[in-house]
Amino acid sequence: MIIPVWIIFASSTHSSLFINTNGLQFFLGDNFVENYSRVLFKKSGFFKEITAFKMFFNSFVMAIGIATLSVVTSLMAAYGLVYFKIKYATIIFWLIFITLLVPLELRIMPSYIIMSKLNLVNTFAGLILPISASAIATFFFRQFYKSIPDELLEAAKLDGTSSWRFFIDFLVPLSKTMIAAVFIFMFVFGYNQYLWPLIMTTSEQYWTVVMGLKTMYGSISDRFAFVIMSMIPPVIIIVFLQKLFIQGIFQSK
Amino acid sequence: MKKVQFKSNYSQYFFLAPQLLILLIFLYWPIIQTFKDAFTMQDAFGFGSQFAGFDNFLFIFSDPSYFTAFKFTIIYSLVITLITGSIGLLLAVQANKVIHGKNVYKTLLIWPYAIAPAVVGVMANYFFSERYGLLYHLFNNLWGFNWYKDVFDAYIYVIIAGSWKQISANFIFFLAGLQAIQKTVIEASIIDCKSNIRRFWTITFPLLMPTTFFLIIINITYAFFDTFGIIDTTTIGAPGSETKTLVYKAYIDGFKGLDLGSAGAQSIMMMIIVLFITIFQFRYIEGKIHYN
Repeated sequence: MIIPVWIIFASSTHSSLFINTNGLQFFLGDNFVENYSRVLFKKSGFFKEITAFKMFFNSFVMAIGIATLSVVTSLMAAYGLVYFKIKYATIIFWLIFITLLVPLELRIMPSYIIMSKLNLVNTFAGLILPISASAIATFFFRQFYKSIPDELLEAAKLDGTSSWRFFIDFLVPLSKTMIAAVFIFMFVFGYNQYLWPLIMTTSEQYWTVVMGLKTMYGSISDRFAFVIMSMIPPVIIIVFLQKLFIQGIFQSK
Repeated sequence: MKKVQFKSNYSQYFFLAPQLLILLIFLYWPIIQTFKDAFTMQDAFGFGSQFAGFDNFLFIFSDPSYFTAFKFTIIYSLVITLITGSIGLLLAVQANKVIHGKNVYKTLLIWPYAIAPAVVGVMANYFFSERYGLLYHLFNNLWGFNWYKDVFDAYIYVIIAGSWKQISANFIFFLAGLQAIQKTVIEASIIDCKSNIRRFWTITFPLLMPTTFFLIIINITYAFFDTFGIIDTTTIGAPGSETKTLVYKAYIDGFKGLDLGSAGAQSIMMMIIVLFITIFQFRYIEGKIHYN
């Protein structure tokens, strides 16, 4: 599985001229530093307004925004659903969970029109908010809360703990591993978004890595180098945070 | 729900509000708009629109290109499910036998899972382009492969591009499934049955059935939705529009063709498909509870 990536990596260390005359390479060349630094810091794009470095910055802002927002809102919403007596609880439950049936791809066109009505095209809020509108994490936190013994709340209630304190002092620390798992999973999910940034960013200033890949102009070895760089963040997560990430996959499916 | 709960007049809404607000604006509003679009006919010049009933649906059903996309999506999801499922299972069985260096082996097989489909597509593009493509020239020498012209060859292209990353997902879940099988069951079966292959098909594989069924759904959902980035970076539907998935076609009709009505109707058709898949999935979850 690693071979195709290796070939692209090896090719990315040769000069474009060499690639153009000799094709893809299996062995390393000696243009590594030159190619990669050129891609990172040289302005490219149709209007020559963006560097790969800026795209990485944009992707990280977007991915962290999506992960943070979904974790925080889902953690709270699940708490509201599990630990409170609510009128119309069933309706609210379905209002939240029916959203699992409608991935962003199915509402992309109207979403775009609405975002432009709200003046959110070419903003980070526009990139983050519609992707955070998902109840996957809520479903998962709800399952987790339900597995926490009732005695915990009984004891806390005897002590006169308020609902807000119970949430912050008991539930959030208890959910630490789960929060990390969901956060990492949502980070990769956000980083890997392609279609939404593609239509939401008419200005090159907001291009993200994954969508910039196709649109970016440059010589062939520049493009190879950029493809390889674009894989680094998710691969680092897989290699170093494998346990948490896999836990995230299992929870979210 | 919990037996012990907080009784409060307003705090629960404070906790629910952020998510509900985001869902309302960024999910329910677009969905309602999708339904509106699906049942209205837009003026070609964007001056006005009028209620059209089921005209948009009738239009997509009478449109041969919709059926082309439908056919391709079905073939695509079945082939991807079959290929990635069997290779994933094979690798998981191997990984389960490995004793030394298990983690290295696992990591090597898992990491493509985290790579974006669009990145995979851009990479596949280099292997299948006429200019640089190693695989293009290999296949071209074998049987005159040319995805720019031949539908079957284009299928091969997008299937290879689509499968690569999804093998990892199948591997992860099959490995977890294999590890969940109790050692005693395996030991008992070794005494009863000497043949490794027969033991796999009569003991291990039936025990993996829940995982297999779950993965079929995961793979179908992947082929339906996540492959957008792959199609858009590889064939873009080429040779004609034979490799457009339903999601891709809806996007092209909506964004490039500016036909909101048709795009809306196509989205609703897909929502119905997702609904069926989800009902299936819930059935499976219920089944699992009884099984335990």
